[in-house]
Amino acid sequence: MTDTVTDTGTGTETRTPLIEVDGIGKNYGSVIALRDVSTVVNAGEVTCVLGDNGAGKSTLIKVFAGVHQHDAGRFLVNGKPVRLSSPREALDYGIATVYQDLAVVPLMSVWRNFFLGSEPTLGGGPLQRLDRRKAKETAREALADMGIDLRDVEQPVGTLSGGERQCVAIARAVHFGAKVLILDEPTAALGVKQSGVVLRYVAQARDRGLGVVLITHNPHHAYPVGNRFLVLKRGRSLGSTEKADISLDELTRQMAGGAELEALQHELREVTTS
Amino acid sequence: MVTTTVDPNPEPAAVDERLSSSSLVNRLVVRPEIGALIGALVVFVFFSIVADKFLTMSGVATWLDDSATLGIMAVAVALLMIGGEFDLSAGVMTASTALVTAIFATQVGLNVWLALLLSLIFALAVGGLNGFLVVRTGLPSFIVTLGTFLALQGLNLGVTRLITGSVQVTGMRAADGYESAGFVFASTFPIGDTPFQISIVWWIGFTAVAAWLLLRTKFGNWIFAVGGAAPAARAVGVPVARTKILLFMGTALAGWLVGSINILRFTTVQANQGIGLEFQFIIAAVIGGCLLTGGYGSAIGAAIGALIFGMARQGIVFADWNSDWFMLFLGIMLLGAVLVNNTFRRRAERVRR
Repeated sequence: MTDTVTDTGTGTETRTPLIEVDGIGKNYGSVIALRDVSTVVNAGEVTCVLGDNGAGKSTLIKVFAGVHQHDAGRFLVNGKPVRLSSPREALDYGIATVYQDLAVVPLMSVWRNFFLGSEPTLGGGPLQRLDRRKAKETAREALADMGIDLRDVEQPVGTLSGGERQCVAIARAVHFGAKVLILDEPTAALGVKQSGVVLRYVAQARDRGLGVVLITHNPHHAYPVGNRFLVLKRGRSLGSTEKADISLDELTRQMAGGAELEALQHELREVTTS
Repeated sequence: MVTTTVDPNPEPAAVDERLSSSSLVNRLVVRPEIGALIGALVVFVFFSIVADKFLTMSGVATWLDDSATLGIMAVAVALLMIGGEFDLSAGVMTASTALVTAIFATQVGLNVWLALLLSLIFALAVGGLNGFLVVRTGLPSFIVTLGTFLALQGLNLGVTRLITGSVQVTGMRAADGYESAGFVFASTFPIGDTPFQISIVWWIGFTAVAAWLLLRTKFGNWIFAVGGAAPAARAVGVPVARTKILLFMGTALAGWLVGSINILRFTTVQANQGIGLEFQFIIAAVIGGCLLTGGYGSAIGAAIGALIFGMARQGIVFADWNSDWFMLFLGIMLLGAVLVNNTFRRRAERVRR
């Protein structure tokens, strides 16, 4: 284990990370999904989690998001050890997760999606009702603040493009005061242009002071926005590295790893020279 | 409720080229109940022309009454379907609750109101059990409620025969509190000289509350979400299990209301009543714009679906046709509705990458 995380490399201050995991592990029965992983998520920074399929990325974020509980190691939020029992509890800590496929409910309108689970209401008791006007106006404003220009907040989210849907989910998390934003493969299903759009919102969330966890298997998406790169392989950590200490080539090499590297580089060279 | 209201703050660049597809027609077409409304108008006009009695006051009272009890159930079933689940025990529940009320009132000798309260508790318990089993096991509600449907059917017959020695319970009229309970659940009110059943008022009231709940409350938002994408809803903190269990209890509540209306009106209940009705509720809900896959639909649409049902069933009688034709009509209505719904859903769900 070389990925000691107490020294962030910059060494300018000793602030408490929003999230810190230390030697965390998770088993599903006899399957070891995650073992001895350590990293930090700081405010105003992007921690990228990279790895191939089955590397344990999803398991790690499910622990962060309160969907699963870790079996080993320490999980600290604002310096205090916690054990999140539900997504709701994670949200209460300010940890919001945007999943790739299930970020939104396609048949519901943009504003209903935006406020889902945190609806503004009027009145109380049995007459408590949605504050529809406020919800629509707030949704429109919050989206505009993030630079998302939507035609109509009444339209079903399903009519939006994949990138726009991710952006609605990101804007929602930012609006509801998330301190940590976890993005599960936000660019996986998107084209080049749409990916760029989503990464721009990632950078915007970061600049607003959120700690962002960006899960991806594409180092080219991670490198431009990331501050720290945690590379996972078969449930193990290959190290959590500051951007200053790693180049894009090195990151790509780490992800591909060992014997597969030669094949990949060869392949890449063929692609670039052809 | 209608989404065609003009935005109070006019957009500076109102002539966005991307808005061209969002015409008035498109916006109306997005409403789930539009298909049912058009269907209801067609059926209404058709039977007004072919059957003389259809438009008389007594005719209207008849088909409204037929629609009412069906409509109460269809609306509750619609909410459940929007929440992504089915309740096949809903039909037999109308008989079970009536039997529980009747047995407590006539065999045990309780006051009718107390008997109604006990059957309400029974209904909510069964509904809660349905919901609990579905969310706990993750099995399709189709199978789980098929189980409770069969179990209730057996209980209805078995317990009734055990207690009364026959397959019906009679004698409600003699029970304490029958007058006042009957007034609430089974009286009539005159419009002109024609008596209209109070069930029509219950139907309208129940629909209004359900529509308000669905479109104007937090809970309604959750109903759409758990049916449309339960994992997404869970991820943003919606209590998925609680929402679904409450929806199952909602159909049970509607079953109790209809059972109470029936037992107090007819004062007799057969132990094998209600069987087969569950599909009528689902059909009415689907005609009213509900998707079988959940996440989309309308309470008002389901009430209109029930109205189509009632108008057609009674209209065929008024027209002196053989009631065999009703099933043909129903099949065509259902297929038409599903085709229309499918088109709408594609429109709403269309994904552009």
